Amino acid sequence: MSFNNLDQLYRQVIMDHYKTPRNKGTLEQDSVNIEMNNPTCGDRIQLTLQVEDGIVKDAKFDGEGCSISMASASMMTQAVKGKDVDSALKMSEIFSDMMLGKEYDDSVDLGDIEALQGVSKFPARIKCATLAWKAMEKGVHEEEKS
Amino acid sequence: MNPEIKSYFPILNQEINGHPLVYLDSAATSQKPTPVIEALKEYYEFDNSNVHRGVHTLGNRATEKYEGAREKVQQFIKANSTQEIVFLRGTTTAINLVAQSYGRANVEEGDEIVITYMEHHSNIIPWQQLAKERGAVLKYIELEEDGTISLENVRAAITDRTKIVSMVYVSNVLGTMNPVKEVAKIAHEHGAVMMVDGAQAAPHLKIDVQDLDCDFFAFSGHKMVGPTGIGVLYGKKHLLEAMEPVEFGGEMIDFVGLYDSTWKELPWKFEGGTPIIAGAVGLAAAIDFLQDIGLDEIEKHEHHMAAMAMDKMSKIEGLDIYGPKDPAKRAGIVTFNLKEVHPHDVATVLDMSGIAVRAGHHCAQPLMKWLDVTATARASFYLYNDESDIDRLVEGLRSAKEYFSDVF
Repeated sequence: MSFNNLDQLYRQVIMDHYKTPRNKGTLEQDSVNIEMNNPTCGDRIQLTLQVEDGIVKDAKFDGEGCSISMASASMMTQAVKGKDVDSALKMSEIFSDMMLGKEYDDSVDLGDIEALQGVSKFPARIKCATLAWKAMEKGVHEEEKS
Repeated sequence: MNPEIKSYFPILNQEINGHPLVYLDSAATSQKPTPVIEALKEYYEFDNSNVHRGVHTLGNRATEKYEGAREKVQQFIKANSTQEIVFLRGTTTAINLVAQSYGRANVEEGDEIVITYMEHHSNIIPWQQLAKERGAVLKYIELEEDGTISLENVRAAITDRTKIVSMVYVSNVLGTMNPVKEVAKIAHEHGAVMMVDGAQAAPHLKIDVQDLDCDFFAFSGHKMVGPTGIGVLYGKKHLLEAMEPVEFGGEMIDFVGLYDSTWKELPWKFEGGTPIIAGAVGLAAAIDFLQDIGLDEIEKHEHHMAAMAMDKMSKIEGLDIYGPKDPAKRAGIVTFNLKEVHPHDVATVLDMSGIAVRAGHHCAQPLMKWLDVTATARASFYLYNDESDIDRLVEGLRSAKEYFSDVF
């Protein structure tokens, strides 16, 4: 059986992140600790961020879920580490547009994240990909409030 | 099972992602046969009107059809009277009604409500809320290793403080068929009432509420080839009579004064607002369709499908099947996991092959915890499935396994 369509979803780089996730675990010195579920499917992510002077100094994730949700979490932590909060939120916005199949700002280098573009063709899986980003947004906003 | 049955379901005759559709998600909702679709069309084209009020001919026709559907349901589950049949939105609404009406009036601080680890969220949360509100204790009956319930554990859980026992007849995850008749007997020995969640049972088994001697029985039309938005609460007449409505408004009243009102008699006092007329008409057509084939025949077919699916699927290395190993103890539901492939990924690969299965926690998070998994995939079979569907599923699962072993 040929699965050309599937190859658009499960790109090599995604499977690589799934198999060997970056930044897996929990930060000992965190300033933000967020847990988020995807109630329709049971995916769960725990995200710890260390935010100092408006910069995301470190990020780690833990959790359970499908290849897309775990790979996306891995890529997200990789992408936001070292970025200032505004850039991280901007990236999240671009990612959301990408998932919704909208035109998105391509002036920002998305790196590995670009590989998740195919997810937009699989509506049932979009929530898997956005879970980690939603957790990041929530975490950053909570940090700003405190 | 007659192979022509598939042809009554127009939706099945299509391609999904370039492959003929194999629908294995009937436990979520069943597909609808032409006679049900036609009954809805005919109702809206010729008979549509509000019920119980118009003097005009259409009003009479709609009322006859709506109340005719109630008689049909009464016979279908062998209730004693049509007064015991309340039309509601579905099983969830029915359980909530019992919790909010019977529960609030009869459960006091320190009383117990007993359910099991294999309940759907809709047979957990209404009781959690009631227990919190009344200061009552919510108890769970333990499951056996194979996902069945033993009467010893039932006896251990139910005490003289127990006021309500609520249990699923057929588990939507494990497929387990529970001994609800025996449990009802134990509940009654302790003065408790027995509620049965029949959402997965009514589509597949002959139901006899008097033989089960349950006090309440709830089911949904859409899982038994009927439309969405119609469900049934059966309750013993003396219990329903003593219960207060939870929804107030038109249709359910007898007399409305400025500061006080009285209710209609059973069952209408529980049916506030314009009722689900077309839904009831569709449900009656669905019952006719199932009875023409025969519930015994359907049950036999599903045991056969479950047995065959389990046999063929268990030959796939690294595939775990949850629930009773003995097909005789389960309905046509097979929940499984493929080693190292997340159920979402399994479901996506199968979808690309035109096969629809469910992936996730199946609205049963406590059971997922008991199984020690976060999610599973589920194939559920109904009267329109046949051996070729199982072969397609097995082939799809093998491809999924292969696909993911390639990328790793």
